[in-house]
Amino acid sequence: MISLDDFAAAVGASDPVTVTGLGTRGGPVPGVRVVRAPAGVEWVQPDEMTVCCGAATPVDVLVAALAEHHQTVALPPGGTVGGALALGCSDVRRLGWGPVRDVLLQARYISAKGEVVKAGGPTVKNVSGFDLCRLLVGSRGTLGFLGEVILRTRPVARSSRWFTAAATDPFALFTALYRPTSVLWNGSRVWILLEGHPRDIVEQAAGAGLVASEGPPVLPTGGRWTIAPAAVGSLTGEFVAEVGVGVVHHVDPTPDAWVATERPARVVALARAVKRELDPTNRLNPGVDV
Amino acid sequence: MNGALAAELGAALSPERVRTGATELGLYRRDASNIEGTPGIVCFPVTTGEVQACVSAAVRHGVAFVARGAGTGLAGGAVPLDHALVIVTTKMTRILEVDAVNRIAWVEPGVLNLDLTRHVAHLGLHFAPDPSSQQSCSIGGNVANNSGGPHCLSDGVTTSHLLGAEVVLSDGSVVVLGGESAEEQGLDLRGGFVGSEGMFGIATKLCVRLTQTPPAVKTLLIDFDSIDAGARTVSAIIADGMVPAALEMMDQLCVQAVEEYIHAGLPVDSAAVLLVEVAGLPHGVAADVERIVEIAMDHGALTVRIAQDEAERALLWKGRKNAFGAVARIKPNYYLHDTVVPRRMLAEVLGQVYEIVARHGLIVVNVFHAGDGNLHPLLVFDKREPGVMDRVRAAGEEIVRASVAAGGVLSGEHGIGLEKRDLMPLMFVPADLEAQAAMRRAFDPTGLANPHKVLPSPAGCGDIQHVPDGAWV
Repeated sequence: MISLDDFAAAVGASDPVTVTGLGTRGGPVPGVRVVRAPAGVEWVQPDEMTVCCGAATPVDVLVAALAEHHQTVALPPGGTVGGALALGCSDVRRLGWGPVRDVLLQARYISAKGEVVKAGGPTVKNVSGFDLCRLLVGSRGTLGFLGEVILRTRPVARSSRWFTAAATDPFALFTALYRPTSVLWNGSRVWILLEGHPRDIVEQAAGAGLVASEGPPVLPTGGRWTIAPAAVGSLTGEFVAEVGVGVVHHVDPTPDAWVATERPARVVALARAVKRELDPTNRLNPGVDV
Repeated sequence: MNGALAAELGAALSPERVRTGATELGLYRRDASNIEGTPGIVCFPVTTGEVQACVSAAVRHGVAFVARGAGTGLAGGAVPLDHALVIVTTKMTRILEVDAVNRIAWVEPGVLNLDLTRHVAHLGLHFAPDPSSQQSCSIGGNVANNSGGPHCLSDGVTTSHLLGAEVVLSDGSVVVLGGESAEEQGLDLRGGFVGSEGMFGIATKLCVRLTQTPPAVKTLLIDFDSIDAGARTVSAIIADGMVPAALEMMDQLCVQAVEEYIHAGLPVDSAAVLLVEVAGLPHGVAADVERIVEIAMDHGALTVRIAQDEAERALLWKGRKNAFGAVARIKPNYYLHDTVVPRRMLAEVLGQVYEIVARHGLIVVNVFHAGDGNLHPLLVFDKREPGVMDRVRAAGEEIVRASVAAGGVLSGEHGIGLEKRDLMPLMFVPADLEAQAAMRRAFDPTGLANPHKVLPSPAGCGDIQHVPDGAWV
């Protein structure tokens, strides 16, 4: 396993460079020199609810390490931790578990200058300085390459069960249930993940007329749309929507009508200014536009 | 005072909402910190357009502008330096829209934190961040400082509850960062903006997440004969897989002050008291309460008191939330600190806090968010004692240093502002600070949005500098 300093040396300070993990989320930028981040779980502190690992650690390895302590982390399964953070896309438990951006407490990343830079801090609560971690999550490696991260963990629930019911109105059950972990809807049926004390789960499910389900439905992979949660009710076609969140797994790519509106020019300019400040020569993952 | 700028603002807003009189300026010299500045003009816009006009005029005149909400900040973030224009948002208090189904609200920045919660309480919802100042602090201020509160242990601090923000940037443009949809295209500029202490722009509308109010709540008061036993109980509860809604600790001096004030039968002879709140569905709450009592007893708890009804629960919380007022019975002035340490270091760092404070001949009261390791040492003193402020500041700095040395951070929820600006090098090397300065430049290339806060001046990178002596009250 390479060290953080080796990773920084590999990134260097001048030529275009791209980073990859397991390649499950698109892989490296083609035709550009490829580097790989350190991997491995460095420590787990169950009584702090934090874990430290290399960015190239597979999410599934991290989840297995945390499971020994009856904890887990709100990252989507598969690929590497760095890839999950760089994309910033949550999985279907987001309603209850929160977004990926709330997971990253501290990052040591390699800057465009090839330096190791620290963002955030190691504790679960921290407002020391500007929140660079939030910018790194979802930045697809364009602002810096994640090297070593400290993440917030969460306890594994006492019990966790999927249910289903026929439903033409996605919001009725959503409103009736207390903090479900996931509410998925395909236009005619809901799938609901309830977590907590087994008796609470049984009582909530019975009260709402839910029946047990093997698990969530198979998610269409044609497009992952993100829309205002209030707009979920007006979706058409073949889809599974995350009620209360607004992420839609659709057979079709996001149609223009749903690409809410083009980002206003001033917002794009602001994003570009951030990129320019942190990577003035556009050498990190060149061609990736955020 | 800049007469030309004042005249321009008077025309853009209205003359009575642009103030330049010495008495009124005096009211805006400071926030709730112990640091004083020098406002040049104070203005009270009521619309996004007026905020735009204020910012544009200030930048045109090369005058710094400072956004200010309710002024409850404790780190000097809203203290105006060098005759800056103070842009006060307290007249922007409309709750614009509430979507009860999707649990989203759009509000203006001057809406008070608790007012939003009261406004949506009948829907079974609330705004989760609950700083002790929630009756008087504004949501715009919460966003600027990424504020926390006791119940942020389970539900997260402000950034987890802010979906979008309409922001006036220093070039006078208005942008909406983030929004109602979960994953906006591109960089999370919303996330970058939260906690920027007025240095990236001024928020004029906020889209916040509302949280379902739990159907069952139990509040426990558990006392111990040592801080160590209380602190180990906190770690054991978390390691056992529970995240209580709140997990607060008070030390003996605090309990005594609070008891004199609220007469709730608190255990005044115990070294430490934990206030634990468990919330959720009834069976989960009951199981957690049972397990927490077991863990506490295993760690030497003396007694466990479970609030029997809402009135008793409210009384216990009243003690916690008014602890800062209660300590006025000990000495007339206090200085509230805010650092975070890893939970397992709580007892050790608190031991150091007592030692530091004793060495400086001061008194400390501890009342804090133990669940997330967020210490709030409250140094109490009488300002009339000669030289006492120097000792208070020296002790405070040592406490911050001890916290960072224990693997903690400079601030958990109050922010950096002026108070801790020059301590940033304790946590960050120059390359780290440069990355934060780069963020600032991207949002505010003029450098006129609340300058001289958070980031130590580059010349001093690596060294510890100090806020000019005259600035401390």
